[in-house]
Amino acid sequence: MNFVPFHKYGTPKYFYSWSLALRPWLGGACVLLFIAGLIGGLFLAPTDYQQGESFRIIYVHVPAAWMSLFIYIVMASAGACGLIWHVKLADIVARACAPLGAWFTFLALFTGSLWGKPMWGTYWVWDARLTSELILLFLYLGYIALQGAIDDRRTAARAGAILAIVGTVNIPIVHYSVEWWNTLHQGPTVSKLDAPSMDTSMLIPLLIMALAYNLYFVAVLFERVRCEILEFERNTNWVKELARDKGVV
Amino acid sequence: MNDALNAARAVALRDLKRHLRRRQDLVQPVVFFVIVVTLFAIAVGPDAAIFAKIAPAGVWVAVLLATTINLDAMFLSDYQDGTIEQLLLSPAPLPLLVASKIFAHWCATAGPQIAISIVVAIVLGLEGPVVSALAATLILGSPILSLVGAIASALTVGLRGGAMLQALIILPLYMPTLIFGTAAMHNAALDLPISAEIYFLAGLGVMAVSLAPFAAAMALRIRLS
Repeated sequence: MNFVPFHKYGTPKYFYSWSLALRPWLGGACVLLFIAGLIGGLFLAPTDYQQGESFRIIYVHVPAAWMSLFIYIVMASAGACGLIWHVKLADIVARACAPLGAWFTFLALFTGSLWGKPMWGTYWVWDARLTSELILLFLYLGYIALQGAIDDRRTAARAGAILAIVGTVNIPIVHYSVEWWNTLHQGPTVSKLDAPSMDTSMLIPLLIMALAYNLYFVAVLFERVRCEILEFERNTNWVKELARDKGVV
Repeated sequence: MNDALNAARAVALRDLKRHLRRRQDLVQPVVFFVIVVTLFAIAVGPDAAIFAKIAPAGVWVAVLLATTINLDAMFLSDYQDGTIEQLLLSPAPLPLLVASKIFAHWCATAGPQIAISIVVAIVLGLEGPVVSALAATLILGSPILSLVGAIASALTVGLRGGAMLQALIILPLYMPTLIFGTAAMHNAALDLPISAEIYFLAGLGVMAVSLAPFAAAMALRIRLS
């Protein structure tokens, strides 16, 4: 097995070039999927018999909530890779994930509260899902604050990795303890193991939107990672050459 | 093996002595706790019925806040005078030494905290079963608070704005302890069994004891690298 080329793709320099080549494809696919998902969700999907038109906020709310958890897992796994194998790129990815995850969490909370007003008659209830999502936001904010407080990037990334991993151990506990504490949020509709309790015509736009959110995350993540790489590696030859080619220096 | 245990015992004894000699470190959180509860009582007003309902929540939140401001005492002075660096250089396993530091900190701080909480709970007019539920959940919950707090304390030791940062990191992680602690007191107030919450706290405690010293040791290594 030839391991060297694969390993090469993980170095900042190669990552920079291949992710730059990927950029138009990622961005284009993301925009197309967003358009398809929004048309499907806002116009083509039938009106819900119980919630009326306002159920359509599901198409921005649910993917955001999925992303908030998914990004945390990506952040913690990248942090663990950086901690265990000292992969520089993994450290950078973990750091770049945090603000994105915090914004998706905020978006999930915000759209959720807009949805809550017509459905439950209130913007906010201290319900299990809402509370655990809010705690997730606090975990992200703690991570970001820790990153801001430590000047040395490597130390910051490794300290953040510890925090993210401790958070991963804690998230299920927090989730279930909050679940048993109080509840009003509807049960899961899509992630059940049997057939989803949602019509296919409603489900397909939702899945397209979820894919679009994922691509958006990857595209923006790569963008942020490239910026961090340039800053991180600013004293290396390849970055200096790049700057000279672009006429920056 | 014996050397490591001896080292752990020496660290624990040294820390216990240090905590007991710096009495203001022990007294301040207790006074802080009493002040928070007093503020809470004044804000709620003297209605006994409302009081009985929300006093458990107030007492637990005050415990969390007092624990949080007290976490600094665990590593900060040792970080400043270089003791932590000596511990890092020691041949004994670092998680073990960190565990004995946490143990010493817990012994010195949890005792007065639990005692004063029970007194305050009685003063607030809580009934017998609720007070005993408070005592039971605090005895099981306070090690969790110290152990999880040690991770945040190790991560933020010596940083500017460290205390605030530590609180921001630690309070979300305290959520399960708070939920089970207050749930037990609510159940006790309604004469319901509290064994489920007690078991959960015990389970969380076992997990914290087995994992937190490793995470805190790792965090110290990173901060001092």
